[in-house]
Amino acid sequence: MKASELAQKLGWKPACGDGENEVTGCYCGDLLSWVMAKAPAGSVWLTVMGNVNCVAVASLRDLACVVITEGAPLDEAALVRAAQQGVTIYTTDRSTYDCAVAVSGMIE
Amino acid sequence: MRELSLNVLDIVQNSVSAGASLIEIGVTESAGSVMTIRISDNGCGMDAQQLQAVSDPFYTTRTTRKVGMGIPLYRMAAEQTGGGLEIESQKGVGTCVTATFHTDSIDCAPLGDMAATMCVLIGANEAVDFVYTHTTPGGAFTVDTRNLRELMQGVPLSEPDVLNWIRDYIREQTEIIGGGALNFEND
Repeated sequence: MKASELAQKLGWKPACGDGENEVTGCYCGDLLSWVMAKAPAGSVWLTVMGNVNCVAVASLRDLACVVITEGAPLDEAALVRAAQQGVTIYTTDRSTYDCAVAVSGMIE
Repeated sequence: MRELSLNVLDIVQNSVSAGASLIEIGVTESAGSVMTIRISDNGCGMDAQQLQAVSDPFYTTRTTRKVGMGIPLYRMAAEQTGGGLEIESQKGVGTCVTATFHTDSIDCAPLGDMAATMCVLIGANEAVDFVYTHTTPGGAFTVDTRNLRELMQGVPLSEPDVLNWIRDYIREQTEIIGGGALNFEND
C-alpha cells in the first residue's frame, strides 16, 4: 500500500510530499540516533520529533513516510527540508500507540 | 543518543578526521545543575561558511552519503535540556565545541561512561594526544596522554593493560570528585 492511501484511510493530515512510497512496515521511536540505527527502509515512522533532524533520518533510512503523532509540532525548517528532499510527512492528533495499532491492521 | 559520552565519541571523531594532534575534552559540573562539555582541537579548523553549515544535517564532508548527524544530534541533546551548543573555529588553528546541559531537565541524557569513551579514543588514535579533565564542586582531575607516554617510556598506550589502567583511573577519580551520571551497566 502506498503511504498516501494509508494516510487517507487513517485520517492523517498531509504536511509535505506525494506519499507515493510503498509502505512495508512501521517503526516507532523518538530517539533519533536509535531510529537511525534500527528503522527498516520502507517503514512508516511514528514520532513526536518534528524537526529538521527527523527529516534527515527519514531520508537516510529511505523510510516510506514520517507521521508526527500526538499533535506534536512540526517545524517550518523541517517542512522546507522535507520538500527539498522529497520526504513525505503527515500529522495527526492520535497517539503513537493508536497509530501503530491502526497501521498493523492495514499492512498485514 | 542514550548517553552523552556516545555523542562525545562521535564529535571527537571529527577532530581526529580534521588531523588534530592534540584534543582536549573537559567536563565541568557546577553546583547549579549545569554541565559543560568542551571539546577543543588543533585540527585544520573550518571557515565561516563551513561553520555555518555544520549544524545542518544535510551538510557533511563525508562522500559516502549525504547526511551528517554528529553535530545536529549533539546540538539537539543540549537544546532539549534548555542548554545549547557553541562552535568556534579558525581555519588552520582548530575548533572548539562547547555544549551546555541543564542536568535537572528530565530530557537530559546521562553523561555515561566517559572512562570507556576515553579508552576507545586513546586506544584507536595512537598518533593523537588527549587531555581529559573532569571538574565538579568536589574537585577535579586530569588525564594527559603526553604525561602518560613519558611515564610508559615507549610502551604504546593502546596496550590493553595500559587502557584498563586508564579506564580504572578515570572511574576511580570520577567517583572521588562525585562526578555524575556514571553508568557501568553495560560492562
